[in-house]
Amino acid sequence: MLPALAQFRVEVSGVGLTQLPIALVPFKGQEGSPQKISDIVQADLERSGQFRGVDASGQALDEASRPDLSLWRQRTADSLVVGSVNRLADGRFDVRFRLWDVVKGQDLGGLSYTVPQGDLRLASHRIADYVYEKLTGEKGIFSTRIAYVTKGGSRYSLWVADADGENAQAALASPEPIISPCWSSNGQQLAYVSFESRKPVVYVHNVATGQRRLLANFKGSNSAPAWAPDGNSLAVTLSRDGGSQLFSIPASGGEPRRLTQSSSIDTEPVYSADGGTIYFVSDRGGAPQIYKMSAGGGNPTRVTFSGTYNISPSVSGDGRWLAYISRVGGAFKLHVMELATGNVSAITDTSADESPSFAPNSKLIVYATQLQGREALMTTTLDGKIKARLAGQAGDIREPDWGPFQKQ
Amino acid sequence: MLKRTIYSLAIVALIAGCSSGTKLNETPVTDRSGTAGGQQGASTVAPVTIDPTAGTAQGPIGVERIVYFDYDSYTVKPEFQSLIDGHARFLKANPQRRVSIEGHTDERGGREYNLALGQKRSEAVRRALTLLGVSDSQIEAVSFGKEKPAVTGSGEEVWAQNRRAEIRYTR
Repeated sequence: MLPALAQFRVEVSGVGLTQLPIALVPFKGQEGSPQKISDIVQADLERSGQFRGVDASGQALDEASRPDLSLWRQRTADSLVVGSVNRLADGRFDVRFRLWDVVKGQDLGGLSYTVPQGDLRLASHRIADYVYEKLTGEKGIFSTRIAYVTKGGSRYSLWVADADGENAQAALASPEPIISPCWSSNGQQLAYVSFESRKPVVYVHNVATGQRRLLANFKGSNSAPAWAPDGNSLAVTLSRDGGSQLFSIPASGGEPRRLTQSSSIDTEPVYSADGGTIYFVSDRGGAPQIYKMSAGGGNPTRVTFSGTYNISPSVSGDGRWLAYISRVGGAFKLHVMELATGNVSAITDTSADESPSFAPNSKLIVYATQLQGREALMTTTLDGKIKARLAGQAGDIREPDWGPFQKQ
Repeated sequence: MLKRTIYSLAIVALIAGCSSGTKLNETPVTDRSGTAGGQQGASTVAPVTIDPTAGTAQGPIGVERIVYFDYDSYTVKPEFQSLIDGHARFLKANPQRRVSIEGHTDERGGREYNLALGQKRSEAVRRALTLLGVSDSQIEAVSFGKEKPAVTGSGEEVWAQNRRAEIRYTR
């Protein structure tokens, strides 16, 4: 069993306007559990920017208790989570919880999970998802996964971690760079660019089994994979015809079909959630800007207009938002555009932002940046008010891609 | 009895499909969790390790093999023409030899866009060689973008050394 890697640290800064006060009582039995369930749930909820933890000390409760809700009203909690964790005879763990609406005095239900030790964090994240959905009406993303790349010395590793950055597991280790990981929409496969053969080549990799296969290894450079939402094909950038142009390749492999016909750079394709549109970067106007076109190819229309360097588009799952990196006075900053209006906001105060990727519920963005000269990953709300650092202890961290909702 | 009624109502109120856990009620918990795949677990990742590969073959003796570029430039400067000439002569005289031209950028900007910019540099060198009669089949132009700087650090002096295309003989 892998130890819980203390690879990340969550630091929430900024003040949200409306944060729901919630009390998470330490789960009965969690002092003897390898994972402190209530702490994980509380950190998840606080990182969303929509919750504020309330002191829950001195109370011993579990999912079967009838809590004295007046006490929790005095502590200004609107909601209360109680539960238990028990090791079973076969070594697995039984995790149970119940959510209470303190204000209305209502039992909002509960669940139990029977999981191996390695999935205790996953069970905790699912509890956070349940609470988040019950209290906000939106699906939670705490049980999703994030892929990213680290560079330590001359060693490159592709990691798969929980959405809070913990429980990181190496999917690939290589002496050559790895960039541009991209989750398939079923959350089982990662496409990425590996330089292990001294050139950029696109692989597709099943993370649970470790099976990987070459997707694009044509003459020249092969890069920027993006899964179509139906999982049947990927858009990639190939230089096999000269220049960097967009192509579509069947996920099972095969002959690429050219999507763009320009004498300029066309790269960084991403699909809209409905699969009908591809956003991409092109310098056809003289400087890199974001364009969109029909997913089958066709006439692109320009999407970004301010600035002379706009790259790395990411479209939210609800189709409302475009996140991208814009160069502003020599600094590279994460921007968010509301697609319906074209209104743009810069949402960071850092200057080397890269690779934004939306959480599948469209409420958070993960991106890479530099803090005190070190590469770091951050999550932010779309208004930039709540940021959390997923801080690595060893090596530089980059190239995050937020995975889809997990099949339950 | 009151307790049971409250729990039953709560169960009805559960949002369908929000989680795979077993709903808590008065009946014993049964294990139908999709996450309970034995000891393996649903969040397990199988690690893969890649070993170093690809040696480099000897090119023409006494000919430099790195072409440097100006900022935001993708054209081969005249001062590198003799270097190009030397490799072109060697490749034409040795048609079984192959080169990979590896384009690089400085550290500023996005990884994928820099990969495309590095590709412009390697293709500029490829074109310079083919203009001198080298067969296209002997050349592969690729890019490392900003991933493999020759010199680490920041500032124009460092960046100038990293904006380059390296000619590497693969056989």
